[in-house]
Amino acid sequence: MPPKLEVFSIARTDDVVRARQFVRKWSSDLKFSLVDQTKLVTATSELARNTFQHGGGGTMTAEIVENGARQGIRLTFEDHGPGIQDIELAMRGGFSTGKGMGLGLSGSKRLVNEFNIKTEAGRGTTVSITRWK
Amino acid sequence: MDRIPILKLGDCLLVTIQVDMHDQLAITLQEDLTTQIAKNASKGVLIDISSLEIVDSFIGRMLANIAAMSRVLDAQTVLTGMQPAVAITLVELGMSLPGIKTALNVERGMELLQEYIGRDTEPEETDAPEA
Repeated sequence: MPPKLEVFSIARTDDVVRARQFVRKWSSDLKFSLVDQTKLVTATSELARNTFQHGGGGTMTAEIVENGARQGIRLTFEDHGPGIQDIELAMRGGFSTGKGMGLGLSGSKRLVNEFNIKTEAGRGTTVSITRWK
Repeated sequence: MDRIPILKLGDCLLVTIQVDMHDQLAITLQEDLTTQIAKNASKGVLIDISSLEIVDSFIGRMLANIAAMSRVLDAQTVLTGMQPAVAITLVELGMSLPGIKTALNVERGMELLQEYIGRDTEPEETDAPEA
């Protein structure tokens, strides 16, 4: 069983790949179904890329959470970048400031059970997602 | 610098993505492929993603770009081998990869490409309905 909490640095482009592999390992250790693993790893990829590209790097904190008999994985992506100017616009699908399709935030929200975002201009952005088994 | 190999097979190019790609690798592949299409006057591109465990919006965008660029360079693209869990996730993410032709495996993908090249028509073209 993996440890309950781990902090992971996202400072370079291949950290996005390593974050994906890390979340894959945890979700497979917890015996998530293949589809659930794929959804969580995909959401990780989107959010870790945001942290790196838009936030100028930051951290991903991974936790195993429990709710009664249910287990889940909570991932918190934190950066101290410029923040998101218009959060409503960013959460709407198809809006992009970068090279993606603008599906990063809206898309990853659809792939998880819980999604929380806090952002402040000039201070940074924190996105927390949870996927229950 | 690492690269994804592109194999030439007659008038087609074959790419098998077997590693967990970081973003720069995906961009390099896109550039290499367009260069090779032009250089070899290729008519078809087959991209096999059966070893890819995820396709996120970045890789999805790269695949859509490759298909669009190939089309402009007079080549057809077929994407093969997408894992079911990847397909489910991709659609839920909001990407249905419109305009990309797919086949279940490399063998069928090659057949499809040969068919398109032989016919020399747009695969999605159908006869216009009578006015």
